[in-house]
Amino acid sequence: MNAPNKSGWKPEMQVADDGFAGGPATTTGNRALMLEEPLLFEIGRADVTGVDLPSLDPARTTRLGGLERAEPIGLVGLTEPETVRHYTRLSRQNYGIDLGFFPLGSCTMKHNPRLNEKMARLPGFADIHPLQPQSTVQGALEVIAQLGEWLCKLTGMPGVAMSPKAGAHGELCGILAIRAAHTARGDAREVVLVPESAHGTNPATAAFAGYRVEDIPATPEGRVDVAALKARLGPDVAAVMITNPNTCGLFEKDFREIADAVHAAGGYVYCDGANFNAIVGRVRPGDLGVDAMHINLHKTFSTPHGGGGPGSGPVVFSEALAPYAPLPFVRQDESGAFYLVEEEHREERGPSFGRMTAFHGQMGMFTRALTYMLSHGADGLKQVAEDAVLNANYILRSMEDILHAPFAASGPCMHEALFGDKNFGGGLSTLDVAKGLIDEGYHPMTVYFPLVVHGAMLVEPTETESKAAIDQFITAFRAVVERALAGDEGLKQAPYYAPRRRLDETAAARKPKLAFEG
Amino acid sequence: MPRYFTDEHEWIDVAGDIATVGITDYAQSQLGDIVFVELPAPGTAVEKGKDAAVVESVKAASDVYAPISGEVTEANAALEEDPALVNTSPEADGWFFKMTIGDASELDGLMDEAAYKEFVASL
Repeated sequence: MNAPNKSGWKPEMQVADDGFAGGPATTTGNRALMLEEPLLFEIGRADVTGVDLPSLDPARTTRLGGLERAEPIGLVGLTEPETVRHYTRLSRQNYGIDLGFFPLGSCTMKHNPRLNEKMARLPGFADIHPLQPQSTVQGALEVIAQLGEWLCKLTGMPGVAMSPKAGAHGELCGILAIRAAHTARGDAREVVLVPESAHGTNPATAAFAGYRVEDIPATPEGRVDVAALKARLGPDVAAVMITNPNTCGLFEKDFREIADAVHAAGGYVYCDGANFNAIVGRVRPGDLGVDAMHINLHKTFSTPHGGGGPGSGPVVFSEALAPYAPLPFVRQDESGAFYLVEEEHREERGPSFGRMTAFHGQMGMFTRALTYMLSHGADGLKQVAEDAVLNANYILRSMEDILHAPFAASGPCMHEALFGDKNFGGGLSTLDVAKGLIDEGYHPMTVYFPLVVHGAMLVEPTETESKAAIDQFITAFRAVVERALAGDEGLKQAPYYAPRRRLDETAAARKPKLAFEG
Repeated sequence: MPRYFTDEHEWIDVAGDIATVGITDYAQSQLGDIVFVELPAPGTAVEKGKDAAVVESVKAASDVYAPISGEVTEANAALEEDPALVNTSPEADGWFFKMTIGDASELDGLMDEAAYKEFVASL
């Protein structure tokens, strides 16, 4: 928890031009035990190495056919302790979910339970190779099959593809299955409809799969404009991609009506399931008429996220689309042994559209996600959704008296609370509030997304935070927002206490330096 | 030279057979520092109300729509080197592209400067 010091000690608030609070600047640039760290290229030397390599035998010939490198590649050398310290020092300047509250909306930065890690490190899961004989990895195949079965049960969908590597990869998998289904019935459709309240990856996915993307507007309440969507349906519309709950943090109440209309017009319904954590155990997307939906294991099922680990985006399918799911999939034979259905299983593979990946998927994430499910049980998973929604509503109602909450009147929010920058004084913006929160010791919320809200601030507390942790965040958030409303000029210079002051994002984007310049 | 405005914050100047298109001062102030502009190649056919260009700021990437239908004749090469022109001179040097006028009657539905000012004030 980002607790204020109980003894009442506070850092000196005076900030000098060089960014140091209080005392004199130090010779090293270090601030007590918070160490400055130069770039690797600035500390490394060409004549140093951390490993003792045998010297080259001049008589030895290579089999590279003259393609061997003749010049040194110019990498610097470091000793092992220098290397270890470099990365450890950098890691101390980083912020992660193990360090504090991380309310990044739409990203679901939740705690990664240590039991997940323990299970994933069991040698039977961690030390295996995808090319091992299947008889030697029966346990791992069973984990994939069991996880897939639970995903089907939780979503009310009969088919599942486990191999997609992350959310957007799962979207592509779903859209390719939709394309395969249309192609199979000789129906060449060209358009995918994407509402404004959908995730930004949805239109990118549809375009990547070769479809023309058309927007569907949102209502003033922040939901899909059903009338506009129905009016656009027709024989050229292949699919509709809807994020539910959507990026305004709202449940699309008319989903069943939308799905029925899309099906009646011969299209399929893709649901972006990135926000499934808000409804898991409470709503089965299959009951809403969904044909394909990806599930981000790193969001709903607590596997590491945001650089902490690889994503994983299994896709569940309706009866209509399940036969087109990608290879490989795990099946069980009569003797109870698990095996993978691959290209050579001509009959069993059916009309599968092909492969998304070389192997079976993110095994390490499967183990973690299944651990999360089994350790929570059915009642626990239901509580995951309830607590995620409760926590977000607590933040929404604790802030709406001072911070513009455009959809507060649309009813309870789901797993995230959305605010706008109305009434900020002195030209202050959402960015200034985000930087102010860094000084308070919090990773900022998502800013300027979704685009339908001016100066958007999207806060997602997740179910893993305690009430005490959320109360402290609210205290800090309110304090920074009040400074913004009062037009506090000082906020424009924030952060004061981060390892670096405010970065010039514009220069970084306009004139990026992509290589070290000595 | 008459200038028209769209409710998506594009402006269009008409001079003879050729129109010049850009985004308004209000649009650039809302987007913040512009870091990249993607322009249509000369010869591209654009359709009224459909995507014609993309403008990217530190906050977001946004589509720029064609105010009328026609064919692109020239893209503003200066924006490639210096996208900041859209911030400093949105309604002059920071123009996006020039185009032919496919159907002059499409201009009728657009706003004049006074109407656009009123529209922005209402936002």
